[in-house]
Amino acid sequence: MPTPIQLELSRRKLLVSSAATVAVAGAAKDVRAADIRGKALQNTTAVALEVNGETQHLVLDNRTTLLDALREHLHLTGTKKGCDHGQCGACTVIVDGRRINSCLSLAVMHEGSKIQTIEGLGQPGNLHPMQAAFVKHDGFQCGYCTPGQICSSVAVLEEIKANIPSHVTANLTEQAAITSAEIRERMSGNICRCGAYSNIIDAIIEIAGVPA
Amino acid sequence: MKAFSYERASTVEGAAKAAAQTPNAKFIAGGTNLLDLMKLEIETPSHLIDVNGLGLDTIEKTAEGGIRIGALVRNTDLAADNSVRRDYGLLSRALVAGASGQLRNRATTAGNLLQRTRCPYFYDSNQPCNKRQPGTGCSAIGGVTRQLGVVGVSDACIATHPSDMAVAMRALDAVIETIKPDGAKRAIPIADFHRLPGDTPHIETALDHGELITSVVLPAPIGGKHIYRKTRDRASYAFALVSVAAVIQADGRGKVAVGGVAPKPWRAEAAEDELRKGAHALASALLADARPTQQNDFKISLTERTLSAVLAEARG
Ligand SMILES: Cc1cc2nc3c(=O)[nH]c(=O)nc-3n(C[C@H](O)[C@H](O)[C@H](O)COP(=O)(O)OP(=O)(O)OC[C@H]3O[C@@H](n4cnc5c(N)ncnc54)[C@H](O)[C@@H]3O)c2cc1C
Ligand code: SF4
Repeated sequence: MPTPIQLELSRRKLLVSSAATVAVAGAAKDVRAADIRGKALQNTTAVALEVNGETQHLVLDNRTTLLDALREHLHLTGTKKGCDHGQCGACTVIVDGRRINSCLSLAVMHEGSKIQTIEGLGQPGNLHPMQAAFVKHDGFQCGYCTPGQICSSVAVLEEIKANIPSHVTANLTEQAAITSAEIRERMSGNICRCGAYSNIIDAIIEIAGVPA
Repeated sequence: MKAFSYERASTVEGAAKAAAQTPNAKFIAGGTNLLDLMKLEIETPSHLIDVNGLGLDTIEKTAEGGIRIGALVRNTDLAADNSVRRDYGLLSRALVAGASGQLRNRATTAGNLLQRTRCPYFYDSNQPCNKRQPGTGCSAIGGVTRQLGVVGVSDACIATHPSDMAVAMRALDAVIETIKPDGAKRAIPIADFHRLPGDTPHIETALDHGELITSVVLPAPIGGKHIYRKTRDRASYAFALVSVAAVIQADGRGKVAVGGVAPKPWRAEAAEDELRKGAHALASALLADARPTQQNDFKISLTERTLSAVLAEARG
């Protein structure tokens, strides 16, 4: 028989041990009355995501952003939470080949999506060329915005190749060029509070293979 | 964020019906505006209807020679579309002048039209705001108003509509197509889509409860020079202080809409008669009823100067 104090302790442990379990358990009780269509309205949804090549089956509180699903549920903490309002770009990941702000997207909206995070791009000993270029050019200081900067950089070069125009593209009916001006404009959704911008541009330029 | 239930809609009729039948439901498209506001509990839907699976993501030619843009076409894809780049250049330009690459990859045509104001007091739930909470008062009036509206505003609200895309669509005479929960379809000219605040600033558009936007139609291309010029505090990634979307013909006539100055994309067809007299005449006609504050009356001269730069570019 556990003493009351032990019970209290294990209850606390339970509470802190798994935010995910608690959220799901709490929400399950919270099934609201069926709506007029007779549909049960639930605060959780099952979703399957392909993250860095591996399919993940999750049952999530609908409020869970893609960012929180990656960090809190899949423990991929490379993707960072900066402003959590789509302003800073620290949460940038690549979804179905396109960079997005994972903080302004619900995980349950990504059924079947292929998600690439900084962990999937490259690992220690097996760096993606862009990761290696950031190291070489010192494209960071504190490093907090770096995963977002790198995911964005990789996607920016693809966007130019795919001829997606930007604000500084001179002629809309010609192929967009890989220039320093194009890269700067396209990277404006990634803020670096340390101000490592010039080194970040140097790193991207090297991978893009154009004179600065 | 408040808890909510969630469903993935698979038909447009079903989505509109679900919105009417479920109390306090909202559609979610890219989520880039709605989730931002839900995190702050400024929007508190208890049910979300995900419209991303409706297949409304194509751009097609219309029988009239224009294009029909699906409500779910992402801002990036619309800006990159070849027919848009060729025939409606100012729309491409307006889109890529807005937000960031990441946001444009998610943001949709319908969501962009329906994005809510960036008035700082609307975002600050510690302060009264008639738009957020009808009848509580407007903190902006008498407050910090540099970013806010100068024309079309009311004693209840002086917020601006923040979209760049919508300003280009206003100059292009776009028409918004919808479906209602009872299955009825209608087409709303963009001029009638956004409402002026009057004494009900919380009612922002002509849409009824549960009405789903299915597409936006642009009339056949009209040629001319297509220009979108955005004046802002930073060179990139900032909302407009003033923006001008214009199609100017070789004879000097044209269509002009202004962003950043009003609760909706601002255009006055009658003012366009002044176009050939120059920026001063045009700005004076467009902003004849302006009632700026001390902090934002610079937007009057900034509008004239931005127009002047646009007209010079059109001639050049
Ligand atoms: C940091 C930041 C900077 C930005 N800068 C700019 C800028 O410079 N210029 C600019 O123009 N915009 C800017 N934006 C705003 C951005 O363009 C909008 O958030 C985006 O266009 C909204 O589209 P969405 O699909 O994500 O909409 P959502 O957030 O999904 O929806 C917005 C609203 O539309 C409704 N809705 C969506 N689809 C439909 C439909 N088919 N029928 C009926 N209702 C529907 C939703 O219920 C919701 O009320 C910025 C946003 C952020 C976060
Ligand atoms: S201007 Fe409009 S949105 Fe801003 S505080 Fe006043 S009522 Fe609210």
